[in-house]
Amino acid sequence: MKSVRIDARGMHYTPLNQKIRAAVADGVEEIILDNVLGQRFIGDGLRGNVRIIINGVPGGDLGMFMSGPTCIVNGNAEHAPGNTMNKGMLVIHGSAGDAVAHSMRGGKVFIKNNIGYRGGIHMKQYDADARPTLVIGGTAHSFLGEYMAGGLVLVLGIGKEKAMTDRGIGSGIHGGEIIIRGDVDEHLLGVGAKKFKFTEADLERIAPIIKSFCEQFGYDPAEFLDTNYTKIGPASSRPFAGKYVWE
Amino acid sequence: MTLGSVPSKFKVSIDRDQCMDCGRCIENCSYGVYRREGDKILIESRKCTACLRCVSMCPRDAITLTEKPVDYRSHPIWTREVREDIIKQARTGKIILSGMGNVRDLPIIYDRLLLDACQVTTPSIDPLREPMELRTYLGKKPSKLKFRKTESGDVELETKLAPNLKLDTPIMIGHMSFGAISLNSQLSMAKAVTEAGTYMGTGEGGLHRDLYPYQDHMIVQVASGRFGVDIDYLERGAAIEIKIGQGAKPGIGGHLPGEKVNEEVSRTRMIPYGSDAISPAPHHDIYSIEDLVQLIRSLKEATEWKKPIFVKVAAVHDIGAIAAGISRSSADAVVIDGFRGGTGAAPKVFRDHVGIPIEVAISKVDQTLREQGVRNEISVIASGGIRSSADLAKSIALGADAVYIGTAALVALGCRVCGNCYRNLCPWGIATQRPDLVSRLDPEAGAAQVSNLIHGWTMELGELMGAAGINSIESLRGNRNRLRGYMLDEGTLKVLDVLPAGA
Amino acid sequence: MCGIIGFIDRTKSRIDGSSIKAALSLMNERGSGYGAGYAAYGIYPEYADYYALHVFFDNLAKPKKKVDEILQQWGEIVHQEEIPTTPQPNMQKVHISWRYFFKPSEELMAGRMTSEDDVVTYIVMEVNSNVKGATIFSSGKNMGVFKASGWAEEVADFYRIQDYKGYIWLAHNRYPTNSPGWWGGAHPFNLLNWSVVHNGEITSYGTNKRYVEEYGYKCTLFTDTEVVAYLFDLLGRQHELSHEMIVRALAPPFWEDIDQMPPKEAELNKAIRLTYGPALMNGPFAIVVGTDDGIVCFTDRIKLRPLVVGENGNRLYISSEEAAVRILDPEVKNIHTPRAGEPIIARFIE
Repeated sequence: MKSVRIDARGMHYTPLNQKIRAAVADGVEEIILDNVLGQRFIGDGLRGNVRIIINGVPGGDLGMFMSGPTCIVNGNAEHAPGNTMNKGMLVIHGSAGDAVAHSMRGGKVFIKNNIGYRGGIHMKQYDADARPTLVIGGTAHSFLGEYMAGGLVLVLGIGKEKAMTDRGIGSGIHGGEIIIRGDVDEHLLGVGAKKFKFTEADLERIAPIIKSFCEQFGYDPAEFLDTNYTKIGPASSRPFAGKYVWE
Repeated sequence: MTLGSVPSKFKVSIDRDQCMDCGRCIENCSYGVYRREGDKILIESRKCTACLRCVSMCPRDAITLTEKPVDYRSHPIWTREVREDIIKQARTGKIILSGMGNVRDLPIIYDRLLLDACQVTTPSIDPLREPMELRTYLGKKPSKLKFRKTESGDVELETKLAPNLKLDTPIMIGHMSFGAISLNSQLSMAKAVTEAGTYMGTGEGGLHRDLYPYQDHMIVQVASGRFGVDIDYLERGAAIEIKIGQGAKPGIGGHLPGEKVNEEVSRTRMIPYGSDAISPAPHHDIYSIEDLVQLIRSLKEATEWKKPIFVKVAAVHDIGAIAAGISRSSADAVVIDGFRGGTGAAPKVFRDHVGIPIEVAISKVDQTLREQGVRNEISVIASGGIRSSADLAKSIALGADAVYIGTAALVALGCRVCGNCYRNLCPWGIATQRPDLVSRLDPEAGAAQVSNLIHGWTMELGELMGAAGINSIESLRGNRNRLRGYMLDEGTLKVLDVLPAGA
Repeated sequence: MCGIIGFIDRTKSRIDGSSIKAALSLMNERGSGYGAGYAAYGIYPEYADYYALHVFFDNLAKPKKKVDEILQQWGEIVHQEEIPTTPQPNMQKVHISWRYFFKPSEELMAGRMTSEDDVVTYIVMEVNSNVKGATIFSSGKNMGVFKASGWAEEVADFYRIQDYKGYIWLAHNRYPTNSPGWWGGAHPFNLLNWSVVHNGEITSYGTNKRYVEEYGYKCTLFTDTEVVAYLFDLLGRQHELSHEMIVRALAPPFWEDIDQMPPKEAELNKAIRLTYGPALMNGPFAIVVGTDDGIVCFTDRIKLRPLVVGENGNRLYISSEEAAVRILDPEVKNIHTPRAGEPIIARFIE
């Protein structure tokens, strides 16, 4: 495998992204970025199948508009990793900030620990191969899956008594599903969100994702392969249809 | 229902002596006003929207349309509209939605601004014989230039220019999305702007593959729903526009009703088939000005700093300060959309009551950017209620670099401003996705009509400038000396920085 | 409309004002008796290091007290006096013309004002916009403007123009159109060592004015030509453009021509038009500008005003009409008319 190392210490994000693009154009398959600290937009709009290993804490919008590559962060991530991402994968060995996977349309974002507010906001899908997936090992704050129009948000609540304790889950959701380990209090659900029974068929569907997540972070998937989940989806695909009257 | 029905808005009648019973009215009316029973064409006036499709297609001019055949007792405060809105809400308890732009009878500042012409002391210029430069570049400009001498003694430019859009005429077509309008409408306009050397916006509806041949003349929009936005889309656009707000409905988002989301719309917007396409009110990655900077730079990084980025905002009270904030981001142009801007659908209360007129917004933005010393570094694009070449010339004299037109372009395609865009029944094939209706609009003919309009306005602008002794658009831009206000109050004149007529 | 004259001796050999007056008077048909003026460079060699501030005072009481205060606050007045004048039968002495020789104090230069020129520019803007009854109409070193309402020869005799010797002369007689025929509205217009005479009318004035105002200049004299002096100061002094580049910015080539140029040249011209679009001057004009190191003259892009250039050795003559040039120098050679927008630049020989 063709691999390069880039020392990102003190480097601005534009030359850093230029180096990454140049390496990808050169046929490099693995890029290791050392001493990353706050550089935004890493992998922004990047295509291809390159694997980028980020040692440090990248800045906001990691993998924005990204279409293909995999970014593995050995550290936490800031605001909105996976923003409007199309394809590829982000693996964060830590936690991330607000608006994780904002408007994400495809690919996977795996967060080992927790995320902030509005995770998975406005995620959407439009056909079978464009189905975004956000998996959170720990927990998430309010408005998880707000305005969601497709895809899957999965919260495992590892190490938590309850996977979700923040309110506004699926507020305005009109597509896709939010699956949360264990039970979820009814009052935590946002406007337009509704609980559904999590079935064996659902488990079969998400089992490959659980396995893939566990593989990334070294968990035993067997612990998670049961039906002790709550599924939350839209009460209607037209949540606002009843709000208006035409002139 | 104790409220009963309200009077019909229009009364349609057929002159039976003229009528040749061809049935074109029945075929053309998508609202179902006409039907045949036996050998007679019956009329259901209540369904009429005054779209005038039947009138324009009747070979015998046999159709007459009367507005308000039955009216309420006249009252200056409790107007028909006020009474009917109350009745409607008493019936439903809902928010009233409406189409097209602001319908309130407020004074139009454009109509109270007068342009100048030369007499004796300086010659007017005849654009037929003499050069008349309307070419406009949109994008970031340097504040000053640096040169260096080469070894051979030649002078060379040291400053690097940022990417700019080159317009042959300062008229662009604003963002109307595929979904809100038909593909044939977009195709017509795309062909027209390509031919006229200018640009149009995609709106937040993605870029349909049939528009790829015109992508060099398309400005792709990134709005809060991120519909249709991926790296491919961003790279195809000539420029990228971030939509923060819209003049017709400042401060709120948009909902494309599920019935308009057919297979093509779904694929182009990259959203599920048949579900509402919801653009939230804010971008959820922009909750503050520094977040806007972050989005601008992420778009620039993604496209390797090759595309100008525009930021569109609705004209609201503090528009000067807002534009100043945008000018300090990395934005290349700011688009201001006045409160007369059109829309497919907006809550009526927003459409008619929120925002400020584009004329004062242009003036204020121009002034604030000058106070910051950056006016020429960022482009200003005005939109929202620009109806003619006169409005265009006045906008530029107030300080705009270029304008977006919307409704005017739709009227060139056949729209009669009936305001029923949200019903998916547009009989002109514009604001609809119904294949039989869409096919009524021939993109070739539509393109010729829109292109004619742009050419007509462009020639008129040249004539107006020539009469004012100006042969280059730069010299009209912000040239408030060539405007006078007529019957405008002192406060407005001050904001416009324009003298009253005669002064 | 107006008549203009420009003269330079590139070796700095000086001539007195009598022939300038004669040449300008010959073009009285172009004026209307409402304004004439002269600018002469090299006239104050004994005060060459000081700014010569020429001021119109409505009276010597309050306005002068205020100007004295401002000058004393910002530096040192080494000499001041009324500009010597001779009453003319048909001219009304509307203002008292005064001159100061002034040096700004270095201790006060901070913030936006980092040079003597910045301080003097500030003082000119401050006095002209805020001191009622006072107008600074000339503020360069070793040069001065003399102007008033009247015919060319009356104004010359009023200021005893034959007593001054200069190596650059600009002169102008006026047919006012867009502003009252007041003394401050007569040409030349000056700021620091930039002086401008102009025949024509600038239809882009509103745009140009708003542009220079962004940089702290204030247009207070009710006449379009004023803005040309500020454009030269902004582009020449602040942006450090060469005279050639300033003219390129103010009267740039048409896009049609730029499109035909080789790529590098086209890019340069495009950059000028994009950056300095608001400085582009539209409408008919022929302009001569006096500067620190010579004179610059040019016409509008479609040559709507006349301009004749003649040479003789180290001397260059410019005028609206050839006859005036021949009055200045009957032996003049190489009479020609420049192309539209083409800069004619004459610099001193070091």
